[in-house]
Amino acid sequence: MVTTEKHATLPEGSIETKTTTLNLGPTHPATHGVFQNILELDGERIVSAEQTIGYIHRAFEKIAERRPLYQITPLTDRLNYCSSPINNMGWHMTCEKLLGIQTPKRVDYLRIIIMELARIADHIVCNGVIGVDTGAFTGFLYVMQYRELIYEIWEEICGSRLTTNIGRIGGFERNFNNIAFTKLEKFLAEFPDVLTEFENLFVRSRIFMERTIGTGPISGERALNYGFTGPNLRAAGVDYDVRVQTPYCSYQDFEFEVPVGSTGDSYDRFLVRNGEMWQSLNIIRQAYQKVQAFKGEEAEVYHADVPEYYLPEKKDVYTKMEALIYHFKIVMGEIDMPPGEVYHSVEGGNGELGFYLISDGGRAPYRLHFRRPCFIYYQAYEELVKGGMLSDAIIVMSSLNLIAGEMDG
Amino acid sequence: MALSNDVIQARLKEKFGDQVTNFEEPYGMLTFEAPKEQNLKLLNFLYDDDELKFRFLTDVTVVHYPAYAGRELAIVYHLHNLVDNIRIRFKVFTDIKQPDVYTATGLFASANWQEREAYDYYGVNFVGHPNLKRIVNVEEMDYFPMRKEFPLEDQTRVDKDDEMFGRGGSIDFGNMPTEDRQHTIAEEDKNTEL
Repeated sequence: MVTTEKHATLPEGSIETKTTTLNLGPTHPATHGVFQNILELDGERIVSAEQTIGYIHRAFEKIAERRPLYQITPLTDRLNYCSSPINNMGWHMTCEKLLGIQTPKRVDYLRIIIMELARIADHIVCNGVIGVDTGAFTGFLYVMQYRELIYEIWEEICGSRLTTNIGRIGGFERNFNNIAFTKLEKFLAEFPDVLTEFENLFVRSRIFMERTIGTGPISGERALNYGFTGPNLRAAGVDYDVRVQTPYCSYQDFEFEVPVGSTGDSYDRFLVRNGEMWQSLNIIRQAYQKVQAFKGEEAEVYHADVPEYYLPEKKDVYTKMEALIYHFKIVMGEIDMPPGEVYHSVEGGNGELGFYLISDGGRAPYRLHFRRPCFIYYQAYEELVKGGMLSDAIIVMSSLNLIAGEMDG
Repeated sequence: MALSNDVIQARLKEKFGDQVTNFEEPYGMLTFEAPKEQNLKLLNFLYDDDELKFRFLTDVTVVHYPAYAGRELAIVYHLHNLVDNIRIRFKVFTDIKQPDVYTATGLFASANWQEREAYDYYGVNFVGHPNLKRIVNVEEMDYFPMRKEFPLEDQTRVDKDDEMFGRGGSIDFGNMPTEDRQHTIAEEDKNTEL
């Protein structure tokens, strides 16, 4: 359907007679997902770019209108699948806000451990991939081992690795076991050295610097106008972080810094993500200390006491009458939620992940809208790559950390 | 003076009088409504005003209320003042037969795709939008799938009965007229003589 005659005008001084149309994607190996870009090239310079998205659109917002709350959690997994637990927790917290549930402090701290691990898992993939795209595979494979370790921790807690469906409304499905904590300790002990070495591979590497510095820059003002959030906005020098601005899940109890860049180019985005990983490690350490401080009965708390919304543990369903009743009521959709409309946002791997939930008092949301950070900032792509080289287009794409699942919704 | 919901409300009342209505504060977020012709004026005022400074467009989305005759579609803007860290929600309602609303792309570059998504899902015609075409669905699609008249599952199905499962299925989903609805299996069972 693409008309080949629709060439863009060439910039002045070009030696070409007309622009070349290059169809980058939808399944190009360098796009890390299903994206299509129709680039108009003057030689190797990009004159214009048009993005096409929607190849993996799954209509989650429509599906959510027919699902009780606990069945929407698996849908959120599939938004940014590099950091599913943040999406899950964000969704649980939205529901808790609507239902007026106060979670115990221990639950908050455990959630923070999980969310910050997810942020690290998200950022090591993104930064590793920038390395791959600039020609260095080593870093990616090296840090991938530690993503594996993070996945093993999640596996101990919820049983799954990528699409986690972790937690419940009100807390977690079970308490963290000792294996999870042992693995977490191993991660905390080993990962700093790995991250240092990863940084050593890239940060002052001449090839890496020349490929990324000045590629796809954006000013703070333009970034805000384009609705950037998360590391990409902070790389442009704006210190907006949902965790600090509107603390949720007891983030106010933690001491951490918000790394910012200045030029908003691919190199700054890389540095900001690296800086965030250090901060995440810092937060996890603090949270783990706080979790360890709970002793005796307090150390057994892993969910809020809200039987009408919290899906009971399976072994209780088999042995306790009350748990069986609540299990039946929740699963069969006998539980109505209060009418109301609520917006809740969390700092996802890519920025402000928002949930706008309207309830009319039924069992399923009347309307649920996801504010997907990726979807919003990808529209700036043309502005970022215009005038640059074709090879820069690939670097910009990987440094924005575009996740097709989040983009298409 | 720190910016609070009361200050914003007073400021809007002062400027727009009775045109801004339905002030509410669900879960602490100031929510209000304006006539759809006023949406750009209001967004501009919220952006430019030295005190209000709502310069970050968090989100644009649409909600369909089939029961509200003449104002079926609600376009919902979430705005954020990053300096004072305060959020507001602003709605305009439009008739579904003529869903024309001014675009906010002139003010916020981020509105571009969000409005395209709103058009794709609900068919809201954003007047003045530079490139209003479908974004995630195929261009050949001839309906707006997120509207409530398109239920997720085929409503004529009789092999699957949702009566026991709370809301959904054939029971008054999305305020559909129920007269023509076929009997569900459970209702037929009630009439069967044992």
